[in-house]
Amino acid sequence: MRLSVSHVTTYRYDPPRRGMVQSLRLTPAVFEGQQAIDWRVDVPGGFRGAAFRDGAGDWVETVSLQGPMPEVAVTVQGEVETRDLSGVLRGHRETVPPVAYLRTTNSTELDPRLRELAGDALEGASLQDRLDQAHRLTSAVRDAIEYLPGRTHTGTSAAEALEQGHGVCQDHTHALISVAIASGIPARYVTGYLFVDDGNGHEASHAWAELHIEGMGWIGFDAANRCCPDDRYIRLGSGHDATYAAPIRGLAEGTGSETLEVAVKVSESSQQQQQQ
Amino acid sequence: MLSRTAENLFWTARYIERAETNARLLEVGARNSLIPNTGGGYRNEWESVLQAGGTAGGFAEKYGDMVQRNVETWMFFDRDNPSSVASCIEQARENGRIVRTALTSQVWDALNSASQDIREFARTERSKLSVSDLVDWTLRTCALIRGASQSTQLRNDGYDFTNLGHCLERADSTARLLDVKYWVLLPQVAFVGSGLDNYQWRTILRSMSAHRAFNWAYGGEITPRKIVDFLVLNRASPRSLLTSVEGAADHLDRLARAYGRATPAQTAVRGMLGELAEATVDDVFDEGLHEFLTRMILDTSRLSGVIYETYLSGDAR
Amino acid sequence: MPDYFNEMFDGSNVRMPYRGLDDWSTEMPLELRNLKQSEAEALFRRIGITFAVYGEGGSPDRLIPFDMFPRVFGAEEWRRLEAGIKQRARALNAFLVDVYGRGEIVKAGRIPAKLVYCNEAYETAVVGFTPPKGVYSQIVGIDLVRTGPDEFFVLEDNCRTPSGVSYMLENREIMMRMFPHLFQALRVAPVENYPALLKRTFASLAPAKCEGEPRIAILTPGHFNSAYYEHSFLADMMGVELVEGKDLFVEGEYCWMRTTEGPKRVDVIYRRLDDDFIDPLCFRPDSMLGVPGLMNVYRSGGVNICSAPGAGVADDKAIYTYVPDMVRFYLGEEPMLNNVPTWQCAREDDCKYVLDNLPDLVVKEVHGSGGYGMLVGPKSSKEQIAAFADKIRADPDNYIAQPTLALSTVPTFVDEGVAPRHVDLRPYCLVGETVELVPGGLTRVALTEGSLVVNSSQGGGVKDTWVMAE
Repeated sequence: MRLSVSHVTTYRYDPPRRGMVQSLRLTPAVFEGQQAIDWRVDVPGGFRGAAFRDGAGDWVETVSLQGPMPEVAVTVQGEVETRDLSGVLRGHRETVPPVAYLRTTNSTELDPRLRELAGDALEGASLQDRLDQAHRLTSAVRDAIEYLPGRTHTGTSAAEALEQGHGVCQDHTHALISVAIASGIPARYVTGYLFVDDGNGHEASHAWAELHIEGMGWIGFDAANRCCPDDRYIRLGSGHDATYAAPIRGLAEGTGSETLEVAVKVSESSQQQQQQ
Repeated sequence: MLSRTAENLFWTARYIERAETNARLLEVGARNSLIPNTGGGYRNEWESVLQAGGTAGGFAEKYGDMVQRNVETWMFFDRDNPSSVASCIEQARENGRIVRTALTSQVWDALNSASQDIREFARTERSKLSVSDLVDWTLRTCALIRGASQSTQLRNDGYDFTNLGHCLERADSTARLLDVKYWVLLPQVAFVGSGLDNYQWRTILRSMSAHRAFNWAYGGEITPRKIVDFLVLNRASPRSLLTSVEGAADHLDRLARAYGRATPAQTAVRGMLGELAEATVDDVFDEGLHEFLTRMILDTSRLSGVIYETYLSGDAR
Repeated sequence: MPDYFNEMFDGSNVRMPYRGLDDWSTEMPLELRNLKQSEAEALFRRIGITFAVYGEGGSPDRLIPFDMFPRVFGAEEWRRLEAGIKQRARALNAFLVDVYGRGEIVKAGRIPAKLVYCNEAYETAVVGFTPPKGVYSQIVGIDLVRTGPDEFFVLEDNCRTPSGVSYMLENREIMMRMFPHLFQALRVAPVENYPALLKRTFASLAPAKCEGEPRIAILTPGHFNSAYYEHSFLADMMGVELVEGKDLFVEGEYCWMRTTEGPKRVDVIYRRLDDDFIDPLCFRPDSMLGVPGLMNVYRSGGVNICSAPGAGVADDKAIYTYVPDMVRFYLGEEPMLNNVPTWQCAREDDCKYVLDNLPDLVVKEVHGSGGYGMLVGPKSSKEQIAAFADKIRADPDNYIAQPTLALSTVPTFVDEGVAPRHVDLRPYCLVGETVELVPGGLTRVALTEGSLVVNSSQGGGVKDTWVMAE
């Protein structure tokens, strides 16, 4: 599938702020499931700096703005050719040992309910079949947490979302990471885009989990949609949780009000556009 | 040098200068209280002293009535009063501690000992501490710190920032002291030229340790014109506005030379200096003393702002 | 009462390194001693050396008691110690290069993967990046205790930012000022070139993109930190800037310092704050002490951060057990310094042994420091032991236990005269292009009679540490 992405994140400051620095993980991952045809990340007025590929295989860039500025816009435009690999992250180069993803963070910290959820999900499951376990955990999380936007926030932990019984993709992902770790399966948070062909602008910025299955490597599991990522997904970067995997981590000096506006559009590139 | 270091040096100097100003005010108040019934009685004198220091409101809130002992506590010891001698010395010491590496051991010793003395005073029974001893201690201590700085610090940019602090604080306190006295006198126009008026003016001189210098320079009757000339326009007067601004200009020029670039701070200080150097007493009174002083206070704070933007904030490129 | 090794007296004979100090201490009249003691305190107070060591917290204006009786090592004793310390520092750095790179020691099965990779101090953010010259821990502080003429044990390693070195230098400074004749009569090896060596160490570790002489800065959490004096002292002695996070910013490929002349590039940062706080865009997002974007500049070779973020995994108390294995694995040598036998409560067998033998053991938290949260079995009541046993059962992974060591004693001035008190030692090993160790360190002394706890927060003091020149 050829997907085209338009993603604009705008930060507005009142009063205007100085000295903003951003760390961006906004470049599609390099693996057999996707290939960027064209990809541009722009921050008008920004000074591009330190860039590198980290141990998890993500391309990280730094942008700084001197200011004072009333707003900062991060614009992503691009086209990616995707393939359905049933969630398998084949051909991805990374050096962080999977075992390192058996650690929880504040967002994925285990509590008795999460442990119970993991235990129930794997009841009767084969101890050897890790892939089956992953699928069971994915379903269990989706069953336990209803999709309901606006009720949780960026700081909601897996335990809190489970207790509330509803949340968004971030909460599903945190919960899946928690229960996977509880079951001894390394797990991490992945950010990216999702193409949804329903014409009503479903949330196109998306997050899902990757679980490491011995012998197969990292495999994506999207609890929110009860599936493994296919060619509708574009993978950006990963981390222990939403904070560490965030596509944009930024800070400006000073204080004041800060508002955030995000506009994401993912569409299937038409044949015509491709010929241009 | 690190911008924050420059800022700490600048503030160390300002606090030392402020401690001295407040100690002198305390001395004036104590002295006046010995001479009862000058017009409204000494109660008013304490009030004007507190007003001059800009802390009358804070005092009233904490203590209410003007009891001499409370005023003394407030002006010397009280940490709730940001301008008390103790507060200023501690602030100066803290600013100095942060930039310990930019100070010579003599300067640090002087600052640190001052702070230890202050803590010692706080533990001493009050009846054993006379106001005049405390004031003497402050003047001596501030002179020691300044002297250590003048005679041991390298004549580098840090030295310039320290002296900018001294100059700006002096300009500001001179303008404020004059202005407060103006307001105290204002409702009593009838007193202008009377004995009381002279007395009030003499208080200002005393608060700047300038009454004897004034007599040497001018002699005879104290008049507002002479005072304004002495405290605003006289180059020989160590705390006059002109002297202070001239000092600031010198140090900003030194910085510009050392760094090899002129900055908006030079422009700002030259503007002030140009006006003060040309001004006459008539110009000041034509504009109105209060209006003139208000403008000077504003200009000084603006200059302080430009210096901050240029050198101390670290944002300039 | 166990038999403690007295470093000065062998029976009634004075051991070699201490010759000359016997007469000095016995002939000093009490009056002179008191005078010198208060002189020393006044000196400490005047220079403002008031801070806590080892992250023990406490008031920044507190003085740590200084005992004037020096702790002395003979040249030969020290030579052996030095070799052992340097060996250990090299092995710890080799371990760090390995676990952030290929992980050979884990693959070889010499150390459990989870212990390393799931460790709180293991930073996934620096995996795949090797700092300049493969040095992660530039200053390795190794805490040692002595139990006999030739028996030294390592209590713990400090690979992050070991503190207390300013005491080593100031204690010497003060002793030389107060007892110059001692230094004339005895040949005490100097420690005063430590700051120069430290600076040379940092300068030898310039980042990839640095051209010319690297600019070094010390990054402090600020003047409210209990070790601020040490940060400022070291900056002064090295002649480098002391900066706070807000004095630095990231732009382009580099990290810059805000100065009165505009931005100046900084190449090597000796940070005295924890990993978590270095960069809010990489670690804790709420850190106000760090520099946003600094880790990105670090990872792309624009700046070096010392110690390297993630270095803490090597000095973790659970990893400690494996350090002798590291020496064998990476250096192919036999370790010259012994570990204290350690039981990991995380292991079932060990935990059982620990719970059965609590009255004889010292139990510590895996991540604790400062002598808090520990149990000294022989010095504890039945109730205290029972209460601690409950804590261990509730969270066994959090505890390790060691036998109670017979810490050596050194004569110490006490009210009644001179009496033996227990001591430990922290030398500071510098790792850069070369590995260096100044002849000295920080000796901490338990001032309370019979006490084995040397932490300043619990009645400990410090001594000048002498190494006799040959």
